[in-house]
Amino acid sequence: MSTIQETMSEPSIKVETRRQPMPPRDRLETVFDVKDLDAIYGKKAAVKGVDMEIYKNLVTAIIGPSGCGKSTYIRCFNRMNDLIPGFRQTGTIRYHGQDICGTTVDPVAVRRNIGMVFQRPNPFPKSIYDNVAWGCRVLGMKNNLDERVERALTQAALWDEVKDRLKASGLSLSGGQQQRLCIARAIAVEPDVVLMDEPASALDPIATQAIEQLMHELKSQYTFVIVTHNMQQAARVADMTAFFSISRGGEGERYGELIEYDATEKIFTAPSDKRTEDYVTGRFG
Amino acid sequence: MSAHDLAGPAMRIDRLPRRRAVNRLMELIAWLAALIAIAILGFVVYSVARRGWSELNLNLITKPPIPFSFTNAPQGLSNAFAGTLVIVGIATLMALPVGILVAIYLNEFAPASIRNAVGIALDVLAGVPAIVIGIFVYGLLVVGGGGQSGIKGAFALACLMLPFVARTTIEVLALVPNSLREASLGLGIPQWRTTLSIVLPRAIGGILTGTVLAVARVAGETAPLLFTSSLVGPQTSWNPTHALQTVPLAIFELSESPDPKDHARAWAAAFVLLVFILVASLTARWLAMRNARKIAGR
Amino acid sequence: MASVDVTQPARRPFSGRRVHLGDVLLQGVAGLAAAGASALVLLIAWKVVDGARPSISKYGISFVWHVVWNPVVGREAYGAGSFLFGTVITSFFALLLATPLAIGIALFLSELAPNWIKAPVTALVEMLAAVPSVVIGLWGILVLGPALRSHIETWLHSGLGWIPLFGAPSAAGASLFTAIVVLAIMILPIVSSISRELFLGVPHELKEGALALGTTRWEMVRGVVFPYARGGIAAALILGLGRAMGEAIAVTQVIGGGVFIHWSLFSQGDTLASKIAAEYQGATSNLDIASLIYLGVILLALSLLANLTAQWIVRSVARQHGVTRGGHA
Repeated sequence: MSTIQETMSEPSIKVETRRQPMPPRDRLETVFDVKDLDAIYGKKAAVKGVDMEIYKNLVTAIIGPSGCGKSTYIRCFNRMNDLIPGFRQTGTIRYHGQDICGTTVDPVAVRRNIGMVFQRPNPFPKSIYDNVAWGCRVLGMKNNLDERVERALTQAALWDEVKDRLKASGLSLSGGQQQRLCIARAIAVEPDVVLMDEPASALDPIATQAIEQLMHELKSQYTFVIVTHNMQQAARVADMTAFFSISRGGEGERYGELIEYDATEKIFTAPSDKRTEDYVTGRFG
Repeated sequence: MSAHDLAGPAMRIDRLPRRRAVNRLMELIAWLAALIAIAILGFVVYSVARRGWSELNLNLITKPPIPFSFTNAPQGLSNAFAGTLVIVGIATLMALPVGILVAIYLNEFAPASIRNAVGIALDVLAGVPAIVIGIFVYGLLVVGGGGQSGIKGAFALACLMLPFVARTTIEVLALVPNSLREASLGLGIPQWRTTLSIVLPRAIGGILTGTVLAVARVAGETAPLLFTSSLVGPQTSWNPTHALQTVPLAIFELSESPDPKDHARAWAAAFVLLVFILVASLTARWLAMRNARKIAGR
Repeated sequence: MASVDVTQPARRPFSGRRVHLGDVLLQGVAGLAAAGASALVLLIAWKVVDGARPSISKYGISFVWHVVWNPVVGREAYGAGSFLFGTVITSFFALLLATPLAIGIALFLSELAPNWIKAPVTALVEMLAAVPSVVIGLWGILVLGPALRSHIETWLHSGLGWIPLFGAPSAAGASLFTAIVVLAIMILPIVSSISRELFLGVPHELKEGALALGTTRWEMVRGVVFPYARGGIAAALILGLGRAMGEAIAVTQVIGGGVFIHWSLFSQGDTLASKIAAEYQGATSNLDIASLIYLGVILLALSLLANLTAQWIVRSVARQHGVTRGGHA
């Protein structure tokens, strides 16, 4: 015990305290309830046996070494893995109490409420305005389109930079701007949850900071789940952190497993599992 | 498969049922279009195969045609098969070296501007209708200089093959990794030697595939031969300095005849032609696969 | 005492022959081939115009729209009008008929089809592309024409005969209509293959981005796939059009032959290409032959226009999509 405390007295990650403290556990509302989830490609399991609850209006980070199935896991929440042939999953994910994984569930309805921002910015080859407006139009939110677009771009901290050139192509923006455009696009359709799969990994530090700031400001309206390979980022933005790692099973199979899931502060200062401690102190990964 | 609308806080239904219906409708239309198209295609292939197969017999290849025959004496199209072999063969001999040389020049020597310009010229050449090529060769070679011949017909076919052979060879040459060229040049071997001894052999597989495909395509061409090698007699000849009958032209003439016996021979010849083209295409694909595996394995 | 003098650099003939004979030869011969191939197009154009000269000098440009073709000696008069009409009508309607089917098949193969269907259907389409035109024409005369005549033409004429397009059914099924169907079948594989490749080429992260918003598959196709592939599809259509315009053999086998313009699709007629193919043996007088070649000149001009337009579209689309990929600052 004392060894851990000694090592932990000088945490290698400084946990910023500028974020507000989390509400007490019993006042948190569950958005996702994951039970015994296995995600399998063909014959290989990407993740196995995941149990966790994700809470409303928090930023939840998923960290871990490469290959531990973080991206696969997050894509289970909006049924994006359906697009990959040979994928199947077992276990359940309940969204506000409703199962979203069964064969009778329409993925289109799921994705309507649970949006996603991808690792590489992927704006449509349309104008900046249309990038944000297209989703609204198609999904039936046609009234006050201009206002919706402005609000989304403002929330994504992009409005001031593009308000004079809304007709320009979305592809004419820089990488960081494109990613914020993708965020605007996602929140313009008013989802409940925004999933982010390593949203800043292709961006420079300044753009990264802008996006982290965004999450901070918007989490009162949305629930964020973010996958990141950058521990410092998790420490900066996340309220809850889930640590995944690679486990080995019988017959040499390797799969991802949820090792520890707790308040960020705890994960980075006093983790319960040795594997978590090894990872966050940089001993491996 | 009933869809399950999510209910609860922040769940939206919007116009989802209607959008789902539109999606399903579009899916059905696409399936329908595909089915119609498949049915038509299948019907054509089946039609030709069935009639051709039933009329098929060995006489087709071994016996010459007997013009104005009112008896049931066995006749075939031996002159056409012989002529096609000769003319397509000569056409390949004409088009292949030129095509390869053009490709070598474009890929190994030419600056970008010339590459673009010649590329455009090749694409334009590929778009010239076959019948215009026929008129061209007619005006160039037949009118002034001594009438039709198999060689002139072969030249017309070679004009058709050239852009195709050149294009596929360029693509194959471009696939040869630059590291190979650099290794050879680095040893002090001159460029011409590098190209001929290192690059070209590496690309041979792809060139062969492209050639087989070009042959398959051009074996069925009729229009260019109308003006260059069509005034033929029934005897089987292998001499390309005379006009030779070809299989597609024979089918063409037989198809216009009112005699059902002629139609029978036309179906049979069409069947043989189709089978040849099919076999050639499959061979080309097999060659391409084997080639790809060889390069990957090396 | 042989000793290596290390102060002198090793002598090798760096100067001297810089240019290898082999290089010059290869480059020269290959360059000649390339020049020849490029010149071939110009040569074709020149030779064809040259062959048509007697007719061009006699009729001038009005040949293009004059509807007449009389090879009888003493009353010779030639004009391309009716055949130009035939070419435009048959190609246009063939494209109209083939396009929805081709796009449907392409969408089906790229987005909808279960894996086990994809390979056989793709193979079937490719097989059709490989069928020579004379074989399709044979099938057209002996199978399609009679079938169209007895089923569709008669039915359309009896029901909608008051529309001038649907006149009296043709004899034995040789008509503009049969030619249209034949041409549609011939260009279907080309247009659908190119379209399928275009649809498959849409970057999948764009498609994912659209689906992640909660759109249906069709909405994604309409909003992302079609706009992205739009230019390429236009080029494919124009290529198909060019192919249809230039087809001589299959058309001449099923179109029946005719000199005057009729509004009924079921009448016989001719296109520029089919007229040339039909008269190749019959033409005797110089003017007759020259006029036929003049038809070829018009056909060549139309094909070149279509071909160059398609090429231009392809190149500008490629540039646009090049910007797409490298857009990040």
